[in-house]
Amino acid sequence: MSPLLTVLPAAAGALTESGQTSTAEAVLFWTLGPLMVLAALGLLFARKAVHAALAVIFIMISLAFMYVAQGAEFLGVVQVVVYTGAVMMLFLFVLMLVGVDRSDSLVETIRGQRWLGALAGLGLAVVLAGVVGRATYGPPTGLADANLPSNPQAVAYLIFGQHVLAMEVVGALLVTAALGALVLTHRGRLTPKVGQRELAERRLRTGGHPVSLPAPGVYARHNAMDVPALGPDGTPLESSVPRVLRVRGQEADARAYAARIDRVLAGGWAVGAGTFTSDESYRGGPDGPVEGAVTIREPQAPAEDATPEEDGR
Amino acid sequence: MSVLPMALASAVGDGAVAPVTADFSQDVFWVWLVKAVGIIVFLLTSVLIAIWFERRVVGRMQLRPGPNVHGPLGLLQSLADAMKLLVKEDVTVKAADKFVYILAPMIAVLCSLLVYAVIPFGPEVSIFGVVTPLQLTDFSVAVLYILACAAVGVYGIVLGGWSSNSTYPLLGGVRSTAQVISYELAMGLSLVSVFIMAGSMSTSQIVDSQTQIWWFLPLLPAFVIYVISMVGETNRLPFDLPEAEGELVGGYTTEYSSMKFAWFFLAEYINMLNVSAVATTLFFGGWRAPWPLSAINDGMFNTGWWPFLWFVAKVWLFMFLFVWIRGSVLRFRYDQFMKIGWKVLIPAALAWVVCVTFVQAARRLWDVDLRTLLFVLAGLVLVGLVISFLVPDKRREPTPRPTGPQEIDPFADGYPVPPLPGQVLPPSPRAQRRLAATDTGDTSGPETPLEVRGG
Repeated sequence: MSPLLTVLPAAAGALTESGQTSTAEAVLFWTLGPLMVLAALGLLFARKAVHAALAVIFIMISLAFMYVAQGAEFLGVVQVVVYTGAVMMLFLFVLMLVGVDRSDSLVETIRGQRWLGALAGLGLAVVLAGVVGRATYGPPTGLADANLPSNPQAVAYLIFGQHVLAMEVVGALLVTAALGALVLTHRGRLTPKVGQRELAERRLRTGGHPVSLPAPGVYARHNAMDVPALGPDGTPLESSVPRVLRVRGQEADARAYAARIDRVLAGGWAVGAGTFTSDESYRGGPDGPVEGAVTIREPQAPAEDATPEEDGR
Repeated sequence: MSVLPMALASAVGDGAVAPVTADFSQDVFWVWLVKAVGIIVFLLTSVLIAIWFERRVVGRMQLRPGPNVHGPLGLLQSLADAMKLLVKEDVTVKAADKFVYILAPMIAVLCSLLVYAVIPFGPEVSIFGVVTPLQLTDFSVAVLYILACAAVGVYGIVLGGWSSNSTYPLLGGVRSTAQVISYELAMGLSLVSVFIMAGSMSTSQIVDSQTQIWWFLPLLPAFVIYVISMVGETNRLPFDLPEAEGELVGGYTTEYSSMKFAWFFLAEYINMLNVSAVATTLFFGGWRAPWPLSAINDGMFNTGWWPFLWFVAKVWLFMFLFVWIRGSVLRFRYDQFMKIGWKVLIPAALAWVVCVTFVQAARRLWDVDLRTLLFVLAGLVLVGLVISFLVPDKRREPTPRPTGPQEIDPFADGYPVPPLPGQVLPPSPRAQRRLAATDTGDTSGPETPLEVRGG
């Protein structure tokens, strides 16, 4: 058996001697065919544009299966690479940029449009039914010859031999269209472009903050968003608290926390003013922890725990 | 079997006669099944090892051990991670488009699993008495089929980003669309030069055409372009813009959890294995043994099951490259990334394809041996290089280097700048006052400001 025929079992067995399709291909067709029709209907009736695009993608990939099953491997795979992989992808891209959630408005803008559309569709259906019903197919032959030496090469001979002029003309047309789109959408700049560098320089010239703003709550225990950070000189930095909290007036008082830190550093208790805990059982008295509270510091003379609130900077 | 000698005769690409080299005529149903299941098992275990491998190697590059607790050398770490993902709560976002939301990870995984079907692991072997190529299938447009699978796989990312109905995933999905469209072009164009040289798009025949020389050497520019675009195609650092943590939280995976996230994760790693396998097959000789080994014992290492080893080794070479790049390169800014794709890679790939076409046409017309041609071309390049060295450089006016430390104005443009090497700051206001005070005949002399050295 020549390797050409063993490559793709479906392709090889596409036609039996009498011109009938093989069982495998028939099964493939009668599985994919109805699904494709359903997907095509979905394209018509889908509310969301992305669902319609999905239906088209399904039809394209199923068509590729059909092509490959009929021995046109190159066409089938290129169909997926070009149409599904690039064209539909660009289509989705545009859909996403334009607005993904918008479903089309169903208000008729042209009067009688629906009736005309339905009438034209009916006419097309009648014509198609007439043509397809009267058509007769002779036994197809010559697939193996057409695919010699191999499918892509045979296609290449056709494209770059027989139809080279048409290909070149189409290519020129596409390049012209692409260039035209570029020219039509191009516009000259009225003002010089402001890039990252220019923006940074402008911000610094106008006295802006050179780096990112300080993060809030850099205390050991209070890293909540509403606690302002302390600057090197001990002043609370208003800008470290998110603007929203400041506008709402939900900013915590930094002085209380600063006082508490001073007290702890001086050997006092981490309770009292500035303690920020919801754990009621842990809250001790101002002079020391309640019974059983876990502390890491030995109790010291209460005299050192002096006037923390006034000491806050 | 009659194809093999014929294909060998046309090994270095004088236009292939048969569409496919591998002979699948002996295959029966259960052989296909064994191969397909083997590929799935190979991919899944490779992904588990790849995750561990990546974390260990990146760890070594960052001077830390990496996962080393679970199992020998931490090998079971990724298994534990996978189990954790499996038993996590599966959250479905309320506003999500449910059908597409569930479909997206399926598309990603399915398409990534398809690619290895046409990758040749080795030459003909005997599986339970059936002589068959170590490859599931092959056909005349196998490499295009790989590109098609990769293209459809991106729909997983795009639809996942869209269906989450959330800002960051949508941005990730849109980015990935643009990224894949631009980098697929460069990738496809870089593969075209291999098609031209090998005279075929079937993977087995491309491997067969590399008996004399692996294509990465004569087609080095195409190989470089492929390696760059394969990193872009798999959304890996430095091109991981669709899931850039610092900008987009998690990109298209932000709203995914549990098994659905695991599927995206799986697809990403399988895609890495896929592009590595394609690079191996098209540029690195596929399953062929590297040179000194291939000469041993009349090519013993190119027969039987040995080539499987070389193939896997080469794939993991590329996997290491992925990790190495991740460990050493920073993420690109989006406009830089697009500029590289459209203004550098695609024009370079196009120019290279034209060059290769001319060379191949010359070979066909004048019937030159490939090796002679390559030597002639290499000689031409070498002569050009030597001549370029002989041409004297344009003499540039030597700018007189300032001697001694230069004093700078630290507030020249309105904001403070530190001094560069060789520059000094003017004395501070306090020092100036002190200098003025001690100006009248002090023994210690004026303070010289500290010069910044080094750099």
